[in-house]
Amino acid sequence: MLQGNETGMAQAQNGTKNRPLSPHLGIWRWGPHMAISILHRVTGDGLAIVGAMGLVWWLVAAASGADAYATFLNCATSPIGYAVMIGLTWAFFQHLLSGLRHFVLDIGAGYELQTNKTWSVLLPLLAIVITASIWLMIFAGSI
Amino acid sequence: MGNGTSIGRVRGLGSAKSGTHHWILQRFTAVGNLLLVLWLIFSILQMPGLDYESVIGWLSQPLVAVPMALMLVSIFWHLKLGLQVLIEDYVHDDGLKFVAIMALNFYAIGGAALGIFAIAKIAFTGGAAA
Repeated sequence: MLQGNETGMAQAQNGTKNRPLSPHLGIWRWGPHMAISILHRVTGDGLAIVGAMGLVWWLVAAASGADAYATFLNCATSPIGYAVMIGLTWAFFQHLLSGLRHFVLDIGAGYELQTNKTWSVLLPLLAIVITASIWLMIFAGSI
Repeated sequence: MGNGTSIGRVRGLGSAKSGTHHWILQRFTAVGNLLLVLWLIFSILQMPGLDYESVIGWLSQPLVAVPMALMLVSIFWHLKLGLQVLIEDYVHDDGLKFVAIMALNFYAIGGAALGIFAIAKIAFTGGAAA
């Protein structure tokens, strides 16, 4: 007990240098649950900045007249435009699916290690499949 | 860390007094985005084309313009809440954090206003160039 107190005081005197740090990215072993959590944030940020700006650009271009809309269409249908739209489609479905995972976790379900791992692997694959399906249909001209 | 006082539990408030509100709104707007953005994607995929006339004609319909406007509210509200957490997590300097959250508020409200105005203009004028 006494020893414990002394140790505690010694740590306190060292200021903030030797205080225990909470585990962070550098020391966790990577796993699917960690990857999907980070994917959720990254895709959310991409949608929030690139996606939302693109959406507003589309609407403002349409409201500004045929010329402005033609400029928008030219950019959107350029190779870079397609790459951005495909990326946004993937980001949307990834964020949607990992968001649904959060709803399940919110009700206190799905925390069992194997269940958590399974869905964390399957959902990103599903997002890629949905994105690929939509764009293959668009490029095949069946939509 | 305990479960808080019983009155705190009844009110659904944690120590921050506002975290629950943020959390719930994040979920409400998530459901809004889920429904409205899926609707937008399916609508766009079903449209005959994305040329100017088709898009203007589509956006002029009340049952398109109103969900689109609501979608912008839901999207920008949701992204404001999400990016706010990002800033709070990674921006540690108080002054920089203040400026970043202020800029985020300008972006969220400004972006939503611009988008909604564009929809309103198309819906009310049929997109006729002034």
